[in-house]
Amino acid sequence: MFLRDLTAKWRFVLAVGVLGLLMTGPFLLTSVLIWLGASPGMREVLVQHLLPQVPLGGMLTASGFLVGLILIRRLFNRYVTGMAAMVEELRLMLGSNRSFRITEEGPPELRELVRAINDLATQRDAYIDDVESQVAKAKANVEEEKNRLAALMSELAQAVVVSNLDGRILLYNNRARYMFESLAKGPTSVSSGALIGLGRSITSILETSQVDYARDTIRIQLERGNRHPVANFVTTTDNGQLIRVQIAPVLRNRLDSQDVQVASGYILLIENITRLLEQEARRDAALGDLTEGSRSSLGTLRAAVEMLADNPDMGTEDRDRFVGVLASEVTRMSQRLDNTLTLLADTLRQHWPLDDMLAADVIEAAGRRVQERLKLPVDVNTSAVEPLWIRADSFSLVSAMAYLASKITEAGDVRSFALKLGSDEKFVHIDLLWTGLSMSSETVLSWEIDPMREDHGVNPPTLREVLDRHAGEIWYQRQRTTSQASIRLLLPKAKPDQDLLAKIDREPSSDRPEYYDFDLFDRPMGQVDLDQPLSNLVYTVFDTETTGLEPANGDEIIQIGALRIVNGRLLHQENFDQLVDPRCQLKAASMAIHGITDSMLLGQPTIDLVLPAFHDFCADTVLVGHNVAFDMRFLELKESSLGLRFDQPVLDTLLLSAVAHPNQQSHSLEAIMQRLGIQMEQRHNALADATATAQVFMRLLPALAEQGIVTLRQALDASQKTYFAQVKY
Amino acid sequence: MTHKILIVDDEPNIVMSLEFLLKKEGFATETAGDGDVALDKVRSFMPDLMLLDVMMPKKSGFEVCEILRADTALKQPRIIMLTAKGRETEQAKGLALGADAYMLKPFSTKDLVAKIREILAA
Repeated sequence: MFLRDLTAKWRFVLAVGVLGLLMTGPFLLTSVLIWLGASPGMREVLVQHLLPQVPLGGMLTASGFLVGLILIRRLFNRYVTGMAAMVEELRLMLGSNRSFRITEEGPPELRELVRAINDLATQRDAYIDDVESQVAKAKANVEEEKNRLAALMSELAQAVVVSNLDGRILLYNNRARYMFESLAKGPTSVSSGALIGLGRSITSILETSQVDYARDTIRIQLERGNRHPVANFVTTTDNGQLIRVQIAPVLRNRLDSQDVQVASGYILLIENITRLLEQEARRDAALGDLTEGSRSSLGTLRAAVEMLADNPDMGTEDRDRFVGVLASEVTRMSQRLDNTLTLLADTLRQHWPLDDMLAADVIEAAGRRVQERLKLPVDVNTSAVEPLWIRADSFSLVSAMAYLASKITEAGDVRSFALKLGSDEKFVHIDLLWTGLSMSSETVLSWEIDPMREDHGVNPPTLREVLDRHAGEIWYQRQRTTSQASIRLLLPKAKPDQDLLAKIDREPSSDRPEYYDFDLFDRPMGQVDLDQPLSNLVYTVFDTETTGLEPANGDEIIQIGALRIVNGRLLHQENFDQLVDPRCQLKAASMAIHGITDSMLLGQPTIDLVLPAFHDFCADTVLVGHNVAFDMRFLELKESSLGLRFDQPVLDTLLLSAVAHPNQQSHSLEAIMQRLGIQMEQRHNALADATATAQVFMRLLPALAEQGIVTLRQALDASQKTYFAQVKY
Repeated sequence: MTHKILIVDDEPNIVMSLEFLLKKEGFATETAGDGDVALDKVRSFMPDLMLLDVMMPKKSGFEVCEILRADTALKQPRIIMLTAKGRETEQAKGLALGADAYMLKPFSTKDLVAKIREILAA
């Protein structure tokens, strides 16, 4: 028992001791026994004869011992020490480097053992690889499906937001983002009332009481066994827009009972109905005017007509007056009808879903379709002066054009077509032109009422129906001199929601949509918890540009840039990027650093407007910055005058870098970026620097984890220690 | 005895026909183009009956009706409301405010004369 726990060194010492005993022990024992058994005379003889031989015996014993020692040492080195080294290598193979293999050396038995171990490791690696590749495949499938879903959502023309049970946003699509951005009030890019972002609460975009009420409604419906509960509400935003929200739950079976379904999250469909309601109100008013006006005029007309009819002997003067009444009343009725129709033009066609689109896109699609179907060259000319918008169902319009072209080729020999875009004050013209073949207007008229069978399955619409749907008209025209014939399609010009379209156009394409994170489904969020793992927290990484280095002496913030990290992902789109008017002249020295000039700050909001918006933006998140103490001083100086507190935990990438790589000389942002291999073109713009800091921060997290720093509390403690260490130094 | 009728409408075109019609039928007539003038004329002309349009500038027919019926010192004229509004709720309102009859435009002049005679005879 005791022997088993001895270290290799002591066992070696023990072995040497035993060897020594074995070599000298029997000899000494024999000598003692002989000595004890001998008579005194005999002892005399023994001393006389044997004593001179002792040095020889001692020497022989000593050299024997030496040989034994060397032998034991060699055995020890080969088996015990060699094994210890092997164990270390084995550990390496088990842990950090699994492709490592133990070198085969030492005695044959040991080599055999090493071979067996290595074979075992190879077999293990094969299993691990197999499992890993299967896991990766499954993960990729799930990821692909999620991406597909998110891509689908982002293309929807309806605003969609998905939240978890706590009302934290897990997904939102483009349309939702634009809607809430355009609803934002206030001077900054991110103002309160419109903070849409992953992990944020939906109550930051919608009225809390109404959301709660809707959730209760759904819960009650579920409890009553309704399998498709839905709740609706209409809410007014701060800037007077009307928003209709439809909420449906994301259902899952309750754990203890397979039959009972409970909500695990919510899907919100959000629609800005302000325009729709205005349209409805306009339509009602127009219809009211029309009926009342018509009744009134008809009353007048009827009375006048009856006077004329009942009094054939009326004097000329009276007769003229009544005829005058008839004429003026009829004119008024015609005008009223015109006005009403103009007013109703938009609203009367609402029931067929039409989208705002560029006429050029439609005729290019039509050109391709004609080319494919008829195998004839089509010259498409879309060079209009201004972008022409129409409200259209592009599929039916394109098939109408293709239908017309194929009818024309059926009627005679046409070798090529041209499609031309034009416009006048009220209408967009789409001309389908060809040369040679002429036909009668009646023929073209007959095409209008034939069903267009080619693109449509059952119940194909007629050309006339498609035209009516678009409030359009077509006619045939021909220039005798050039034998150029054409069919003109006339469509009303549309006025799209320019802001929205402009925003959608400048949408940056990213490889991975940033609008969703289903991993947040079961994660409680809200107040920052110091004992949460760093990887689970929501961060606001920010940077400021200032007029100088001394906030106490009147230096001011002139730019704030920030982005969010949610669930380990840097969300580029959920950013805060705002210039600030410092109400003082910029110094030339600072201008050289940030490149911001006085003229750029003209008309920008002042800090008392920007800081509250930033405060909202970073609420319930951990603040991160590089040398953040500097930025915090600027923020803190404003706290009391603005009634704000930035009291959340703050992490500094400078300090974290010092914790992670204590032996490095420099912890400037540039140096860290270089060390971690982060490249960045633009610098010294608050948002760009915040982006760089965020990337640095995310690369530092694994390095910190290696040192056992995983929770926020540990990171804060470690930072503080380096800070004090530096101050003492 | 000649009955006196006050025609109140902001549309001169219909006033003209109504005036012509009622004079020919043997009534004495006056006209008014809005609610305020109508109230004045009721006091000066003391009509037996009013043809009162509902939609008028200044005071609507409803208001005129209400003011007249509230003035107990006044010799109350009979009131036929003329309107282009087709809603039944408005007819009910007119009758509740004290109108004797309600005629929806467009109406036949024969029906109007018959209605006037019926109300004056009652």
